[in-house]
Amino acid sequence: MDPDGPLMLKMYARMQRIRHFELKLLEIFAARMKAGDFPGALHTYDGQEAVAVGICSALRDEDYVFSTHRGHGHALAKGVDLNKAMAELNGRATGVSRGFGGSMHLYDPGHGFMGTTGIVGGGLPLCLGTAYAAWAQGNDRVTVCFFGDGGQSQGSFHESLNMAAIMKLPVIYVCENNFYAATTHVSVNCPIENVADRSKAYGIPGVVVDGNDVLAVREAAVSAIDRATKGLGPTLIECKTYRHRPHCMIIPEHRPRKELTSWKERDPILVFSQKLLDLGMATQSDLQAMENQEKELLEEAVTFMRESPLPESSALEGSLWAPSAAGL
Amino acid sequence: MPKLKMMKALNEAVNEEMARDEKVCIFGEDIGAYGGVWGLSVGLQKKYGLRRVFDTPLAESAIIGTAVGAAMAGMRPIAELQYIDFVTECMDPLVNQGSKLRFMSGGQIKVPMTIVAPCGAGTSEAAHHSNSLEAWFLNAPGLKVVMPSTISDFKGLLKSSIRDDNPVIFMWHKVLYDLEEEVPEGEWIVPLGKAAIRREGTDITLVTYSLMARRSQTAAAMVADTISVEVIDLRTLNPLDLEAINASVRKTGRLLVVHESPTRCGVGADIVKQVVDSEFERLKVAPKVLGGADLPIPFSKPLENACIPQVEDIVREIKSMVGAATEVHARP
Repeated sequence: MDPDGPLMLKMYARMQRIRHFELKLLEIFAARMKAGDFPGALHTYDGQEAVAVGICSALRDEDYVFSTHRGHGHALAKGVDLNKAMAELNGRATGVSRGFGGSMHLYDPGHGFMGTTGIVGGGLPLCLGTAYAAWAQGNDRVTVCFFGDGGQSQGSFHESLNMAAIMKLPVIYVCENNFYAATTHVSVNCPIENVADRSKAYGIPGVVVDGNDVLAVREAAVSAIDRATKGLGPTLIECKTYRHRPHCMIIPEHRPRKELTSWKERDPILVFSQKLLDLGMATQSDLQAMENQEKELLEEAVTFMRESPLPESSALEGSLWAPSAAGL
Repeated sequence: MPKLKMMKALNEAVNEEMARDEKVCIFGEDIGAYGGVWGLSVGLQKKYGLRRVFDTPLAESAIIGTAVGAAMAGMRPIAELQYIDFVTECMDPLVNQGSKLRFMSGGQIKVPMTIVAPCGAGTSEAAHHSNSLEAWFLNAPGLKVVMPSTISDFKGLLKSSIRDDNPVIFMWHKVLYDLEEEVPEGEWIVPLGKAAIRREGTDITLVTYSLMARRSQTAAAMVADTISVEVIDLRTLNPLDLEAINASVRKTGRLLVVHESPTRCGVGADIVKQVVDSEFERLKVAPKVLGGADLPIPFSKPLENACIPQVEDIVREIKSMVGAATEVHARP
């Protein structure tokens, strides 16, 4: 069942926000590198927007999301502030992690965004904890754990699904299979066709979804959330998708050209645009207006970033320990 | 004052903290129905229920990940590792995530979790069940480390560890398992980061912790006729009570650190460095570390004993450091 009109348009706008955010970052980072100012790692999400938006559109603010090293899309889809995200990526004191984290350590627990991470599969052990806490505290918050075709090889994948299945924890495991872990094809990371089929080993449902169809992704999310909140346990959703660029900025493209082209023809934004037009939810100029609005917001974010200070080194003071209560 | 054995003291501490704060929970292998193979959680599942006291699969990474995640979601978890040696299985959620989350998030997230585990050699459990590993944890900023040596400290420090809003690794030495000592009744808290002077003295400062704190006191008593040894039991390794050590060194002019873990890059090396930084002028003789052998722990008794400091070794080191023959400078 499709979501209502306004929600679909919101989803479309959010996909555009992510797309343009990534493109803008590529531009900024390339300029900084050229100027001899190494800006750090950048793993862009362009091409995978349907997964982040499809999943997160079904979540509430208070639901938890654990992301990956390729997580700007997850962050923006979950409601992390655009200005603060742009600032964080450029090391500003006004960044969401005050400049302490950068791309791979973006946190916004106020929106349930429990972090991007520099460790592949790093969220898999942690998602057990937020899911357990929801059950222990008697609330209906669900936890989404994103990971890729590389991450599902990590031992923590097994440990996490195993324990979540046994305890029927409210976790939704989302594997973004974009067919490559850095430069390694998924066939070197997985001996079977579908990562989702690993679910059988844990007695939980596993579903393969077209990761470039945002409504299909959302439908799978809604179903998994329903299962989780009913206390029936976790679900493994495998979204087959494709990133438009190599693993990160400093690795050149090496994937087969035909493969890249054919996936780009199914660009999730194009797919959804067509769907909205077909359903009569929006006209071409509506779509253009929404895209333009996101681009404007992005320009404001860049301005905010450029006008923000870098942190002082004195910010390191008190940065490690949470203060102790008296007498401890 | 009632006398308690170690695990009874720890069990009481957990029980009291769970009664006081509904956010406290405890889990690990065999922790739920059985009460823990060591007895840490005896009676707790019956009292507090499955949601707060439960069994996990045999998967340290999942156990500690659960602890970190639950802490991120506002709970105050206690996780048992059946032996601290198994921490290698969960170094990622513990160090890359747990110890760093507050820092990486710019202070948005805190991780008030406590890991309880046995440590130490002397029970012929050999290389995979005899380590202490505190040096690893001290070198990963963001972890507090507690290693008591008396029953009252075990209880009071575990309560403080649970209440602390940071990740704490609480290690109890397995050779002390059958120790029985008095513990004050009622609410008994020992603050983290404060050393205890076990024996006052004027000739040499002996800094130590855990099992070695007890052996050091025995050694100090043995030489008491001729040498006045001040024994400082750190109790908490991080945060370190450096001022207690420095104050003592200013008095005695001699520093000996005794610990069981391998000597190379161990806690002793760090304490010597810190004391030399501020009290070099006061030192009459070069500071020393009597640490464990730089070897894994072997199985057969004579081999195991040769790898960790014995009372005789401590006596020998004290005697070698205190005496006119070793005075480098004559100081007033």
